[in-house]
Amino acid sequence: MATKSGRTIIAEQKFSWKIFFLKWEWLLVILFIGINLMNANLSQYYLSGEGLLNATNSFLEKAFVALPMAYILVLGDIDISVGSTACLSAVMLAYCYNLGVPMGACVLICLLTGTICGAVNGLILTRFTELAPMIVTLGTQILFRGIAEAMLGDEARGGLSTVKWFSDLYWGKLGIVPIMLLCFIICAAVFAFVLHKTCFGRRLYAIGANKLAAEYAGIKVQQIRMIVFTLTGTFAAVTAVFLAARMGSTRADIATGYEMEAIAMAVLGGFSTDGGKGNFPGLVLAIFIVGMLRYGLGLINIPSQLMLVVIGALLIVTVMLPNIRSMVKIQKKAA
Amino acid sequence: MEKKKFDWKAITSSREMSLVIVLILLCAFVQIRNQSFLTGGTMEEMFRNYAVTFILALGMMCVLLTGGIDISIGSTLAFSGMAAALLMRDYVISTPVSFLVSIAIGAGLGLVIGLVISKGKVPPIVCTLGFMNIYRGLTYLIAHSQWVAAYQFTDSFKNFALTKYLGLGLVNNMIAVTIYIYIIFYIVMKWTTVGRRVYAVGSNAEAAAVSGINIDNVKIGVYTLMGLLCGLGGALWTSLYKSAQGDMATGIEMDVIAACVVGGVSLTGGRGSVVGVMLGSLTIAIIGKALPLIGVSQFWQNGIKGLIILAAVILNVLAQRTMDKNNLKRREM
Repeated sequence: MATKSGRTIIAEQKFSWKIFFLKWEWLLVILFIGINLMNANLSQYYLSGEGLLNATNSFLEKAFVALPMAYILVLGDIDISVGSTACLSAVMLAYCYNLGVPMGACVLICLLTGTICGAVNGLILTRFTELAPMIVTLGTQILFRGIAEAMLGDEARGGLSTVKWFSDLYWGKLGIVPIMLLCFIICAAVFAFVLHKTCFGRRLYAIGANKLAAEYAGIKVQQIRMIVFTLTGTFAAVTAVFLAARMGSTRADIATGYEMEAIAMAVLGGFSTDGGKGNFPGLVLAIFIVGMLRYGLGLINIPSQLMLVVIGALLIVTVMLPNIRSMVKIQKKAA
Repeated sequence: MEKKKFDWKAITSSREMSLVIVLILLCAFVQIRNQSFLTGGTMEEMFRNYAVTFILALGMMCVLLTGGIDISIGSTLAFSGMAAALLMRDYVISTPVSFLVSIAIGAGLGLVIGLVISKGKVPPIVCTLGFMNIYRGLTYLIAHSQWVAAYQFTDSFKNFALTKYLGLGLVNNMIAVTIYIYIIFYIVMKWTTVGRRVYAVGSNAEAAAVSGINIDNVKIGVYTLMGLLCGLGGALWTSLYKSAQGDMATGIEMDVIAACVVGGVSLTGGRGSVVGVMLGSLTIAIIGKALPLIGVSQFWQNGIKGLIILAAVILNVLAQRTMDKNNLKRREM
């Protein structure tokens, strides 16, 4: 429709193949295919259906926390306490189990612990909006880890694997599909739906793009932040459940550095730490890129230290590439 | 030791004054519980062990002032310290040379980070997150996952952390280096163009750019400086603990950021002072040193540390709010 000034406002962008193929996700798709080709070359056993499905088990438990982390990044916030939250939840689970609480209740306690941790973050951040989320979650990171340490000291609490259904959460399969993969697909689908197709999701983008404008538009910014931070705590606890199921025991130093992995996955998937950007297909692709890369490098016995270097470099280069492209474009225009 | 030197300055600012009061109360409480706390020996040990945190907090302050953040400092420290230690093991270089090598390597690593952030337009937290992994991985790789143990260092290097020749015979070398750096930073940040430019970029980047400050250069500068201090920290660290390990200084970034924030440095940039950073580092050091002294189990330390950091930042906000309210009231009258 034409306005008075003669400018036209197009509500929906016209479909253009050029824009479609210049999307960030294609870079990820290419990376993903490349990594899988490399892995297939490295090991002849890699490209079997069952092998691929099993490979997902090696990294997916961390991916659960990357889902709400994406929400937090959309808001323009950050949460670096998720690793400690996961640790405290797992410690709580094992602690209660060793006290004789039935496993079902333990899992609930674990989820509750995570939710409370998230709510603490949310409460502090929404009550004291002047505080940067980085520093609050840094404080709670140390605090939650500290509580876990105070509970267990340097001991380990084990015996979790004696409960069949619990260890099946990680090790079990429905047919040939691992249960954890199923859970992840369901969770990712729900998260993607909420972010992209509901009012709540659009509000997240609105807040991330311009917090003040969102507030003036009647969005309850602090309430939404509270919900998202609490949700992150809950999903850190979900990660904790799978982690505990995998290891069958917990210590106070598990899940160290998970926050960084979750942030790295989300950023690689196109979510900007400035907020308001990113989408879920990218995130899921990024999760599988990082995971498959680790798995593949593990197949040929690359030392884990070199893996650190590769993944760090991958993160920086992929984030930098589009910037360099736009920089070259600007320079061309100027010339 | 440094506290006395700058105390009269701190009085001028109430924000720092409140921190001083908290610190005094904290010290008094610990002193009542354990008489050995406020003695020369304990204090010297505390400052020696936390010298690296003190020094890194200054670099972190500059980074935070420009609105950035650097979480790769532990890895940068480890890489430069390890590289210098390996050189000492294989080629027996002298102590000053090994310090210079470590500093140069650290500055180089910091320069790379600065270039990626300013020219590559990568958000600081993402960039340093990546380099945290890269540098840590490289540290293990250059050392082949081995340690450099005490017997592989020269005696003069090992003795550096024990002797007092840089401190004019008064204070330990580690502490002396810290004091010198604090004096330099105090002067530079307060009274020179370079220092004021860092503040300018942080408080309003656009205005700074319009007034002719090259923002990219300032950013590259602060990250290089951060790397340089990390390199120095790496050398100090290896000389203090007489060994270089691949996992040294893991997690020190959290201590350092906490020190800055407790000291009143704003994470959004433009706000913070050398005195505040010193007090913040002092808080972290006292917590770390005092808790074992009053019989707190080491497993409780992190919990208490987290609580104190949270309490400090929340109190800071509350104080700021009352201050703003009072200012408003005064204007109304």
